[in-house]
Amino acid sequence: MMKKHWQRRHLVESFFKGLMIVSFLVVACALGAILWTILVKGLPALTWAMVSQAPEGGFYLGKGGGVLNAILGSLYLAGGGTLLALFCSLPIALYLETYLGDSDWGRYVRLSLDVLWGIPTIVYGVFGFIIMLAIGLRASLLAGIVVLSLVELPIMVRAMDEVIRRMPIDLEQAALALGSTKLEVALRVVTRQMLPGIITAILLAFGRGIGDAASVLFTAGYTDRIPTSLMQPTASLPLAVFFQLGTPYPVVQQRGYASALILTIIVLIISISSRWISSRLNKYTVK
Amino acid sequence: MNRQTQFDIEQTNQTAEGRHPRPSVVARNKQNQSAQRAFFVITLLPMFLIAAITMLLIVRSWPILSAYSFKALFLGSTWRPDNGLFGFWPYITGTFWVTIVGVLLAVPPCLLTALYLSEYSHSFTRSVAKPVLDLLAAIPPVVYGVWGLLAIVPFVENVLAPLSKRWLNFIPIFAVNQPTGFSIIAGGIVLAVMIAPLIISVVYEILRTVPNDLRHASLAVGSTQWQTIRQIVIPRVIPGMVAAVVLAASRALGETMAVLMVVGNVAQVPKSIFDAAYPLPALIANNYGDMMSIPLYDAALLCAALILLIVILIFNILSTLILQRMMGKNWA
Repeated sequence: MMKKHWQRRHLVESFFKGLMIVSFLVVACALGAILWTILVKGLPALTWAMVSQAPEGGFYLGKGGGVLNAILGSLYLAGGGTLLALFCSLPIALYLETYLGDSDWGRYVRLSLDVLWGIPTIVYGVFGFIIMLAIGLRASLLAGIVVLSLVELPIMVRAMDEVIRRMPIDLEQAALALGSTKLEVALRVVTRQMLPGIITAILLAFGRGIGDAASVLFTAGYTDRIPTSLMQPTASLPLAVFFQLGTPYPVVQQRGYASALILTIIVLIISISSRWISSRLNKYTVK
Repeated sequence: MNRQTQFDIEQTNQTAEGRHPRPSVVARNKQNQSAQRAFFVITLLPMFLIAAITMLLIVRSWPILSAYSFKALFLGSTWRPDNGLFGFWPYITGTFWVTIVGVLLAVPPCLLTALYLSEYSHSFTRSVAKPVLDLLAAIPPVVYGVWGLLAIVPFVENVLAPLSKRWLNFIPIFAVNQPTGFSIIAGGIVLAVMIAPLIISVVYEILRTVPNDLRHASLAVGSTQWQTIRQIVIPRVIPGMVAAVVLAASRALGETMAVLMVVGNVAQVPKSIFDAAYPLPALIANNYGDMMSIPLYDAALLCAALILLIVILIFNILSTLILQRMMGKNWA
């Protein structure tokens, strides 16, 4: 009887362990499957013309050209949005840590950020569009940048917050003990200590911004030209993928796959480089 | 004192004493206080934004909320804007079907994966898993959509639907009523992969909050690792797991592009997971922007956004409060 019990619980143990390993492999394989599908379908259509030319007339009917307008448009949008978000999120992150700490007010601010993070980007897009109508702004690079910065703000603050909270408290207390004000601690000690974290947060938010389609759908518009001013509408890569797949022509759909591949490559480069940069710079922070 | 003279004084002080002059304590305190005020104002921004979005959507969808009864609007199943019929029921059911299928598919493997990473795996496996999950989380929704279109829709069409037709056709929710693969199940599979990284990382973080002493005590009296997990670890983290799943569900509810591309976008009340559906975000994305000509259409679409927003706000606030309480300072 003892023997049997012993065998059964170990059987259960190995059964669940096997199940867990299978689950883990399934999740890992999903990533592999996505990358493989995009690579296999996108690579044949990925030519130099795709990344170096703006669309020519009849591009969506299968004529020549590329998606340079969308690549540059996406970089402008995400770059501008990230810059704008950085100006708001750095003060919030510093204020949360140096002035608020773990007070109730700090908890509410963090809660509000998490809630903002959860709001779907399509709602941001609609919100932005209503505001644009109210102030008479047309779909433009500027509007897209502002809406994207709202989307990126909570991601950036929470990523920075996570890093600041891991900062040793001694460091802050030592600076305070020497007579510095909280502002000086924030600007001269905390900012330096969290520099790798700031860079990671910026890249994370940039990656999120460049891949988001729903928020720029109404606000940034879509055009075949490369924007030259903030007031012009601009194309973006996710929307380029979406519109190209929406056409009935296989040639154009092929180019849609290639555009998806370009987008994936950009995002992967950002993701990997943020990991690399933070591991490089983390050597210079106080543990 | 103007800038130039201040600069001059700084210059002379520096040369005289060999180091930078310090502003007075009073000046530094003033600086600190004004910075504190400025930072405080910026910190109000997130809350202000939530309030502004909610208020604006309520105000702009008010025309339709006041013109129709609750029943006609939310339980009506006909959507004919040109005839003045705005029934959200097909869209609401479509949204929830896709979300529920996605969450059901995602939860078991994700919980097991999180348990594996936290309880069993080698630190090497963990160091591999983290980048994999980060990459999975970083892939843009539209790429998931392309993947769904290229891999999942044909898979459903050629493999899952025929199998289900052969063996499970008598169960209503598995019945195959249409020939294409653009279906709730395709949307659900794509969503499941999209929310997997979120569930795994949140659940993993919660599992880490269980003190190791408890595990060691349980193992020391002779239980196997699975017994420890089931009897010691899981009971302590149940609320957190639920919160993680709710959080993921709210993320799935609002997902627009990826779902839009694979779910078929047919405005009907779905009866089977192989039916096409038309979720609310897809409705907004497909129609907003050219809604000006029909009266109330604009308000109706904003009302769709409002429904989505309110459900997500509730889900989000609940799950975040639970997680904040469970993880304390570690919640980030």
